[in-house]
Amino acid sequence: MHRQGTSLRAYVLTRLALAIPTVLILLTMVFLLMRVAPGDPITAALGGRVSAEELERRQEAAGLDKPLIEQYVEYVGNSLTLDLGTTINDDRAVTSIIVDNGSATMELTLAAFLVAILVGVPIGLLAGRYRDTGIDISGRMFGIVVYAAPVFFTGFLAQLLFSNVLGWLPSSGRVSPVVEFELNQVTHFYLIDSIFSGSWSQFWDVLSHLILPAVTLGLLVSGVLIRLVRVNLLQTMKGDYVEAARARGVREHRVVVNHAFRNALVPVVTVAGLQFAILLGGAVLTEQTFNWPGIGAELVRYLNERDYIAVQGIITVFALAVVVVSLVIDLVNAYVDPRVRY
Amino acid sequence: MRRPRWWKPVANARGVPRWILLTGVGLVAFFLLLAIFAPLIAPYGFDQVTADGVRFGKQASPDAQHLFGTTVQSTDVLSRVVWGSRTAIEVVVLAVVFSLAIGVPLGLISGYVGGRLDRVLVLISDALFAFPYLLLAIVIAFLLSDTLGQGVFTAAIAITVVYIPQYFRVVRNHVISVREEPYVEAARALGAPRRTIIRKYVLSNVIQNVPPIATLNAADAILTLAALGFLGYGIQPTEAAEWGYDLQRAIDDAGAGIWWTGLFPGLAIVLLVTGFTLVGEGLNDVLNPLIRHRRIERPEIAPAGGGGALAQMADEGFGNPEVRRRE
Repeated sequence: MHRQGTSLRAYVLTRLALAIPTVLILLTMVFLLMRVAPGDPITAALGGRVSAEELERRQEAAGLDKPLIEQYVEYVGNSLTLDLGTTINDDRAVTSIIVDNGSATMELTLAAFLVAILVGVPIGLLAGRYRDTGIDISGRMFGIVVYAAPVFFTGFLAQLLFSNVLGWLPSSGRVSPVVEFELNQVTHFYLIDSIFSGSWSQFWDVLSHLILPAVTLGLLVSGVLIRLVRVNLLQTMKGDYVEAARARGVREHRVVVNHAFRNALVPVVTVAGLQFAILLGGAVLTEQTFNWPGIGAELVRYLNERDYIAVQGIITVFALAVVVVSLVIDLVNAYVDPRVRY
Repeated sequence: MRRPRWWKPVANARGVPRWILLTGVGLVAFFLLLAIFAPLIAPYGFDQVTADGVRFGKQASPDAQHLFGTTVQSTDVLSRVVWGSRTAIEVVVLAVVFSLAIGVPLGLISGYVGGRLDRVLVLISDALFAFPYLLLAIVIAFLLSDTLGQGVFTAAIAITVVYIPQYFRVVRNHVISVREEPYVEAARALGAPRRTIIRKYVLSNVIQNVPPIATLNAADAILTLAALGFLGYGIQPTEAAEWGYDLQRAIDDAGAGIWWTGLFPGLAIVLLVTGFTLVGEGLNDVLNPLIRHRRIERPEIAPAGGGGALAQMADEGFGNPEVRRRE
């Protein structure tokens, strides 16, 4: 047995070392994928719209005349220093896309995650606690159906009901144009900015735009959470210490609440990395459904414009984000839960 | 004929798991029938906009002639839903067969041979796994659309690439635990060639894990197909009817209070995905010793790191717990 300090440090170092090949593999994959595409990106995006000389000049500027291996080394180097190039169609630095639209995506995903936890954890716990009863069956069915419903279908129903029929909430966008103009944008998180502005109407305008997309995306993720929490609770309830607590004569209710619940929730944190990947994928669809000006919507726009450099840049950012987030989550876990360490 | 080992617990399932399994099988069978008999069931063609020389109404609400109404392009919603089930089933079958055909052998070889090959493959599959799978599918469909066109085949390949790592991971992990079992060792000691050992002793044990994953993957594949269609990278509207594409066209209708163009294709997706999920969950309930009744098991903590929802489920039980600790 190692002493605790040593093994934690060993774990951190191993985990950091493992992140490096993962990043390299992901970058290589993105690079290869984008080169597999037939034709060169500049012609694909601008072909027929500019002169041949202009095309050539652009290709040179983008470094596309160099040998592949040189392009690859350059791409990896640039990605690691977060220099992601400039879009072909509108000459926008990819990093500025991330800055401009990233806050919208972050605001959406964080709010959705909050919804997912508020909905998913209690239902999962209840379903596991009252296994094979009506509560369990309806909880599980709820989880399966919300996961089975694509966000654009849930979004369609939500828009139909809350915007069209009831007229309670706006069906698309992040904020009303007038409010956006008036809003003092400090953090680019509109919800926080509107709180600072101290204006109730501004706050409500921002919040009302956020509710439908966040709930739509949150419900999807809650489906995963319900399944996870329920299964974990079932397994925890069979644990020795739960059995021991029962044997000591602790009341069943207290056994469940004090002993089983907390341990059943540990894996929820452990797999937060996976939920992050689901959230990102779901965010692309949610943003498209609700005209939410996030990175995912930009990605789809640039895909439609065949702007390979923009697509490559945005995908690279997603890949890096996934690696960094799962790294951070793993390290936090290792710190919190000694069982995670190697 | 020898029945596979998973047959007995499935046939003996009682209570909730049995109910879950039967409901799932019923839903999937319903859509299978729709898909097979689409030409007989659908009142019109998937892109038909006229009948007897009369053009259908645009966004007409449901009536006797069009039970589910018509779309903005004047096509019949009921027909599109029925034909769409054929598209969905085709893509799912292709995608599951492709990813099984590639993922299972890779997992077998990687797990059995081990060594450097294994390490490299695991690293690659983990990296692929960490990546948001929808984005991967979008990019691949986007890249293939120029060469292969935007049909059933392209969609199936885009989905296949996403699911190969899942089969690979589950099969490989299981192989590693089976590899050291006494009966495999005995075969090795008797001088059986490697091919025979892998095919006869390892594969036949590992393959038991595949049915629950394949059905859950089928559910995810339908969602991915619909998402591709919704974003415009799925099946071209001229090639076949596809529910995700229909929903994309329907989003604008929501603002006008037109509910029938989105509701029916959406419900079809939900029902079919739910069907596959129920079958997968039911099989998992019945086969997975960790959550099956009557057994006492220690609590498991999930492994660190990312992965798809299926990976999570796979780690919960399809994989062997011993393997996980060794990772």
